Amino acid sequence: MLLAQDLAVFRGEHCVFAGLGFELRSGEVLQLHGDNGSGKTTLLRALCTLLPLEQGTISWRGSALPGARAQYFSEMIYSGHSEAIKSDLSPRENLIAGAALRGSDSIDIDAIIERVGLSDKAELSCRSLSAGQRRRVTLARLLTSHTALWVLDEPLTSLDVHGRALVEALIVEHAKQGGSVIYTTHQPLSLDGCDVRSLKIGL
Amino acid sequence: MGGAFWALLKRDMLLAFRRRADWLNPLVFFVIVVTLFPLGIGPDPGLLRDIAPGVLWVAALLATLLALDGLFRSDFDDGSLEQLLLSPQPLSVLVLAKVLAHWLVTGLPLLLLSPLLAVVMQLQVVAIPVLLVSLLVGTLTLSLVGAIGAALTVGLQRGGVLLALLVLPLFIPVLIFGSSSVIAAASGFAVDAQLYLLGALFLLALVLAPPAIAAALRISTE
Repeated sequence: MLLAQDLAVFRGEHCVFAGLGFELRSGEVLQLHGDNGSGKTTLLRALCTLLPLEQGTISWRGSALPGARAQYFSEMIYSGHSEAIKSDLSPRENLIAGAALRGSDSIDIDAIIERVGLSDKAELSCRSLSAGQRRRVTLARLLTSHTALWVLDEPLTSLDVHGRALVEALIVEHAKQGGSVIYTTHQPLSLDGCDVRSLKIGL
Repeated sequence: MGGAFWALLKRDMLLAFRRRADWLNPLVFFVIVVTLFPLGIGPDPGLLRDIAPGVLWVAALLATLLALDGLFRSDFDDGSLEQLLLSPQPLSVLVLAKVLAHWLVTGLPLLLLSPLLAVVMQLQVVAIPVLLVSLLVGTLTLSLVGAIGAALTVGLQRGGVLLALLVLPLFIPVLIFGSSSVIAAASGFAVDAQLYLLGALFLLALVLAPPAIAAALRISTE
């Protein structure tokens, strides 16, 4: 599905990484390894076309970006360091707005909120939620649109043991349905029954 | 596409409703700046009447500029802007929804309050409808043009002053035709030409600004 060839990204004069390539097929999970500052987030942002490539090509289902950007964006979802949650809105309002932005309707928001364990917080302002609960809202956002590719930057940040199990279950479920996941983490995830590959970034 | 437009408009209106400072501050600024003139110049009705169109228009322009800085700021800070850029919907349409929501919470209250301030400034009653029309079209244009500057400076730590330097020169044509239409109306002349030109500037901004804002946002998030 996703094919990256010979990617290089520069920040100013500084080369973050170069000559990086991989292929991600349907149902595959790719974990990015690397020390702090090795360029994991940079790679994820470049894959989302949020950063310009110095060289190399990214192809989605056989057609190169940015030409195929419209189709790519409708089939991928990015969950970054910043949560993209509005503190003045409730989790439900955040999810409804997020889903509409992705053009997905007829989704069962209540079921998704229950799935991530926020049923009793759904109507509260996100300002009053803890960091882990806010992270759960971002997990819920993944479920509000039926996208093939998940790009997750440190999905475990501030999650407790149950939250961690939830992330693992969501990734396994998504992969079993034929979806793909790229994620970075410093803590190993146990993804039973998944085709997990890993890619090391940096020297 | 329409769904995403309305959803974003609704979300931004809801946010503005819950954070009143965003739209109250520019409005209070507008009122205070205009009322400073009678206090500073003295209550001479003739003098106030002469400068009323210019004062009202400059104050409205500065209040719009003051509000512009926050247009994309909170979305940039909390990462919502990235999600906006990655939406499968056309970005130009989405930014148009944001600009419209921004105008509804900052520009529209300004417009509704302007007749009251026109009375404070001793403006002739016949010129008030023209003031309203010129401010309606004019502030919409200012919001669209100013949003380009707001998008370009959103990634900077102290973008406020730079934003003013970037967009104030672009505001000049709108100010010229806006205030001259009110001056003409107050003097009893025809105002068609000025209002048509304001309308033309608005249509130009409506067509050209959204792609420019979208491109500027993509640069700012790099």
